[in-house]
Amino acid sequence: MPFRVILLIVLSVPIIVGYLWMFISTFSIRTHGLMPVDSNGNFGGLTLANWAFLKDPVLWQALLNTFVLAAALTFFTVLISSMAGYALSRIQFPYRRQLLSLTLVLHAFPSVTLLIAIYFVLKGLSSSPILGPWIGYNTMGGVILVSVAMQLPLGIWLMKGFFDGLSWDVERSALLDGCTRLGVFWRIALPMAGPGVAALSIFSFITGWGSFLIPYTFMMDQGSATLATYLMQSMTDTAPAAYGTLAAIGLFQTIPILGFFIFTQKHLMNIYTGGSKGAG
Amino acid sequence: MQKTAKELSQEDTFTLLSPTFFLVLLFFLLPVLIILLMSFTNVSTDTGFDQWRWVGLSNYVKILNHPATGQHLWITLKYVAVTLLLFNVGLGLAIALLTTSIGGKTGTAFRALWLLPRITPSVIYVLMWKYLGADAPYGLINSFLAPLGVTPQNWVAAQPFLFIVLVNGFIGASFGMIIFTSAIEAIPRDYLRAAMIDGANYFQRVRHIILPMIKWPLLFVVTFQTLSLLTSFEQIMILNDGAGGMEVWSLWAYHAALNNYYGNFQWGFGGALAMVLVVIGVGFCWVYLKFFKFSELVSQPKIDAL
Repeated sequence: MPFRVILLIVLSVPIIVGYLWMFISTFSIRTHGLMPVDSNGNFGGLTLANWAFLKDPVLWQALLNTFVLAAALTFFTVLISSMAGYALSRIQFPYRRQLLSLTLVLHAFPSVTLLIAIYFVLKGLSSSPILGPWIGYNTMGGVILVSVAMQLPLGIWLMKGFFDGLSWDVERSALLDGCTRLGVFWRIALPMAGPGVAALSIFSFITGWGSFLIPYTFMMDQGSATLATYLMQSMTDTAPAAYGTLAAIGLFQTIPILGFFIFTQKHLMNIYTGGSKGAG
Repeated sequence: MQKTAKELSQEDTFTLLSPTFFLVLLFFLLPVLIILLMSFTNVSTDTGFDQWRWVGLSNYVKILNHPATGQHLWITLKYVAVTLLLFNVGLGLAIALLTTSIGGKTGTAFRALWLLPRITPSVIYVLMWKYLGADAPYGLINSFLAPLGVTPQNWVAAQPFLFIVLVNGFIGASFGMIIFTSAIEAIPRDYLRAAMIDGANYFQRVRHIILPMIKWPLLFVVTFQTLSLLTSFEQIMILNDGAGGMEVWSLWAYHAALNNYYGNFQWGFGGALAMVLVVIGVGFCWVYLKFFKFSELVSQPKIDAL
């Protein structure tokens, strides 16, 4: 047993040392290795000045936006992936097999290089009636839609796995009793896939919390768009880069989601139960 | 007129799949079509959107004749293969096996530790690696190696390939870790207990029970992460922007289309580079789907067994 712990610690050395440095540097003027030093290179120079950004109201706006983005991304990713995953798992329809392969292939489309083209699509959505102001370019709705789309290949594939692992008997009797397909999905299959829904929700929330490239590209007010874009903005504003402040902002963004992971990880670890039991 | 059960079922299928169709159409198919069309034009900041013209296949010919094409392709494949095998799959599996065998709070603590690279903003995360490798007196690696008589240097610049693999690998490992841990925890305890009673040691249990039981998640992670690695460049861009011959294909496309020193963004040429990457990715997908027999996983649905 202790051998395994030692092995894990050895493998984790870069992470442990790196994050130790990050933590120390948020309270230091500068660092030599892990040692905080003052301007003469002697030990010392500890400071709280790197955390002054906490007084910036824009930061709290960014925090709220990040939460909204992560929550909305989670909700729509889980809903849309489970609908599609259920259909792919349970219903025979033309091109079903091709569609399932396609969900995986979609991940091969380099989203980042598609960004130029997605820009035109969002611009087009902006001029659509009624919904335009909500889902077009430079709207949170548009950013959410694009982000959800990027999560779908993983989400659908995982949800299909969960539904494959569920017993068919309950659904079968409900169908025989005259329940509709949608009714079975909503009232029976989805609750039964609870652990899978929870796991995918947690994973999506973690992904949404860190999202950078999509809000950065499609929101014009980059400072307050999300915490990650706020960080990027601070990086360009504070030239030459004040690494202590940047590290502090990074830590500020990382800590809540780390706590979230520690409290939910038990449920997250249900994320791939379908495939291992079922088709092995 | 009364609808038959089959017609109803088809309507429901459509309802269930329509949000997916909608998003895939808007944000995958339409953009790919736009990029494909762009790749046959010379559209760039020089031409603007009113003076461009169709140029046929000349962007693709340009890729074929470009002196750096071979080098970009080689570094991309090398980077994907090494990172995938050693980190995204190898290390991810190692962490999952170690933490599940230790279990309890210690296991959770190490998994949380390994999730850090994934949840830290990439700018800060890459900065951390730059700092580890920085020249004396700042860098940590130097302060460890100096007592051993190693000349201090900037390790990121000296070993660019090692660092792009490390930086991406430590993020990639956590995806495998999460998937594999969940798959290992789902193995019925009885199997492992029976093997222990039969006298199988830990390595025998891993070899004969755990690995066969997590075959599908393993193949899934290999496939999914190959594609992720092929198309991701954010960390490399922040680390050294492709210096030292580390310009992978997706970064090349990004530089051509959106960000270069000359300020002339060649959307047409960048689009052609992106299309080549799509073809490579789809090719990998096709090989994996065939070779790993994913079709077994796509078994017949249960409806017709009513």
